[in-house]
Amino acid sequence: MSEALGTALRLLADLDPKLVEVVLLSLSVSLTAVAIAALLGFPLGAAIAVGRFPGRKTLIVLLNALMGLPPVVVGLVIYLLLSRAGPLGSLGILFTPSAMVIAQTVLILPIIAALSRQAIEDAWREYEEQLRSLGAGRAQAALTLLWDTRFSLLTTVLAGFGRAAAEVGAVMIVGGNIDGVTRVMTTTIALETSKGDLPLALGLGIILIAIVVAVNAAAYLTKELAQRRYG
Amino acid sequence: MKNGALLPLRLHEVSFAAGGRTIIDAISLEIEAGRSTVILGANGAGKSVLMRLMHGLLTPTSGRVEWSAAERAGEPRKQAMVFQRPVMLRRSARANVAYALKVAGVAKSQRAAQVHDALEGVGLAHLARRPARVLSGGEQQRLALARAGALHPEVLFLDEPTASLDPSATREVEAAIRAFDAAGTKIVMATHNLGQARRLGDEIVFLDQGRLVERAPVEQFFSKPQSAQAAAFIKGELPWIG
Amino acid sequence: MDWMKRLLLAALLAAALPAPAQEKFIVVASTTSTEQSGLFGYLLPVFRKKTGIQVRVVALGTGQALDLARRGNADVVFVHARSAEEKFLEEGHGVKRFPVMYNDFVLIGPKSDPAKVAGGKDILEALKRIKSAAAPFVSRGDRSGTHIAELDLWKLAGIDIAKEKGPWYKDTGQGMGPALNTAAAMNAYILSDRGTWISFKNRGDLVISVEGDKRLFNQYGVMLVNPAKNPSVKKDLGQAFVDWVISPEGQKAIAEYKIGGEQLFFPNANTPGA
Repeated sequence: MSEALGTALRLLADLDPKLVEVVLLSLSVSLTAVAIAALLGFPLGAAIAVGRFPGRKTLIVLLNALMGLPPVVVGLVIYLLLSRAGPLGSLGILFTPSAMVIAQTVLILPIIAALSRQAIEDAWREYEEQLRSLGAGRAQAALTLLWDTRFSLLTTVLAGFGRAAAEVGAVMIVGGNIDGVTRVMTTTIALETSKGDLPLALGLGIILIAIVVAVNAAAYLTKELAQRRYG
Repeated sequence: MKNGALLPLRLHEVSFAAGGRTIIDAISLEIEAGRSTVILGANGAGKSVLMRLMHGLLTPTSGRVEWSAAERAGEPRKQAMVFQRPVMLRRSARANVAYALKVAGVAKSQRAAQVHDALEGVGLAHLARRPARVLSGGEQQRLALARAGALHPEVLFLDEPTASLDPSATREVEAAIRAFDAAGTKIVMATHNLGQARRLGDEIVFLDQGRLVERAPVEQFFSKPQSAQAAAFIKGELPWIG
Repeated sequence: MDWMKRLLLAALLAAALPAPAQEKFIVVASTTSTEQSGLFGYLLPVFRKKTGIQVRVVALGTGQALDLARRGNADVVFVHARSAEEKFLEEGHGVKRFPVMYNDFVLIGPKSDPAKVAGGKDILEALKRIKSAAAPFVSRGDRSGTHIAELDLWKLAGIDIAKEKGPWYKDTGQGMGPALNTAAAMNAYILSDRGTWISFKNRGDLVISVEGDKRLFNQYGVMLVNPAKNPSVKKDLGQAFVDWVISPEGQKAIAEYKIGGEQLFFPNANTPGA
């Protein structure tokens, strides 16, 4: 374990170019996936939260259940879709970072939609009368609530990011773990483990955790500053 | 009234039941423009529900709520409501007022001036940039009034606006309400506070157990109540209904 | 409110993807053992320098690599399972098979040597002894070249391993590295390719027990995926890679690859029938 810690520090100090490449790719893929999932998931969550339609409760249960989608299954399905012989094969994006982004977006979209739905539904209970009194329609109310619950939604985004940055099953299958092209932190850790270089794998693991902690810390600071200004 | 005014508001045998209980029992009522109306009654008499039925937040289970002019969707509302607990958006005081204008479709270029006027009217112009949620209870309630009044509504409903406030905050809010009344806005306010009813009301509509029991000009109501329930309430003897 | 919105926008833009590679590239489906030996890391930059073609290696078990190629997701196949490769050709998925190089398998076992096979030169004898002693043995179980070679050896030793295995035989379904990890943890025997073993760092108490038997020979073949069956295959670029790998230049590069001074792969593109 101490050897792993030593390896981690050494890699960071050396700023090994391969490590930098892998870290940047990991962040790029997962952050992009989170951004797209938020763009799609927030309106979806808000619409379900303030909407009233038949089958709403079933949809909520389904959405919550999809939070537990196994990454490797998502990877397999996306792989078959993007396969050159498959329906979306002509896009030619299998084994590229784009495929990884798609797979991770699919994986975390339910998390963002389900959690934002919960946050906005709670807020709706508090705001509904006032917003209706002012004449806001459902769509406008949904947008207003999305902005007003932004601090809770930030936590939702972090949950999605954590899930994306930590998973290996989906990106391994749709990315192929190609050196210099689709190798990210988690697939590198898996590779080094399978090569038997456990201290290196663990060292990389420590770096990965440190990065996720750093992202969370940055988000927390931003939230604190904003909350102090807006209450 | 053919000039597009909302008032008079007419309630025809309006009833409201929920959870097997009758909360409002066949109330017929006409609310006219002009003098301020106070809906008075003990806790549980049905004041809040009646307010929401009039404002349109609830639909009666039987009977009709009829305004003299139709409210069309997409047009700025000509009636507004202030609730017992103000719901403030997570933004500055002035942004909260601007929000009401935005919903009503006021152009962005014109909002700033109207927001400023609304805040000045309730004495909050100096707190315009403060986050609304850090304001005191009284300040938030005055802000709610500014927000409700920014569009110069014809009718202003107030549901126990000072029930959660201390005496000095209550005084500030009452002063703001009086200002609206003086400017010509019709005030319809629910309260269980006798002193407040006397201070702010021109006429009293007295509810007991969901029924309209008595209606009279304020002085007459307090000096010569016609019903037993009103008399008991004024004397402070009406039991808590819960 | 404005600065928060601006920050959000900046974050979204900053998360933009790296631009897709503009250069020409091919996808080669190969095996985990070949990649983990480090051969590609040495070989491919040489090829790229000469032709400007980037080779993207997707490393899987042989079975999965061939499946990848069948779906048209690879341009070239580079594996070491002759019977599976011939079947691939029969199905029409490959154009032609060329032998490239060979390395050998070694039988790895615990220092304690419960089956008493260490130092022997007969792999079939060793396998028979392992079975009689019911000594723990880890199998890859993943339809890989190594796994198929292992099954063939049991057959040659006269043992129907599917019927005659016992709890001592651990069918793990893993790649070479993870399987070695498992063997190290269990102190078990395992058949491994020499390349992976040399680079493997987590040996525990394991050592080479049997080596040098001609039957431990491991032949590699390279095939261009048939563009007639999969029009999306990059046949010119792929053919360039196949041609180079069996050319004297490519063969020399293969022979030059060493770990710890030891040559891992022996080029034999010129050997007919390999």
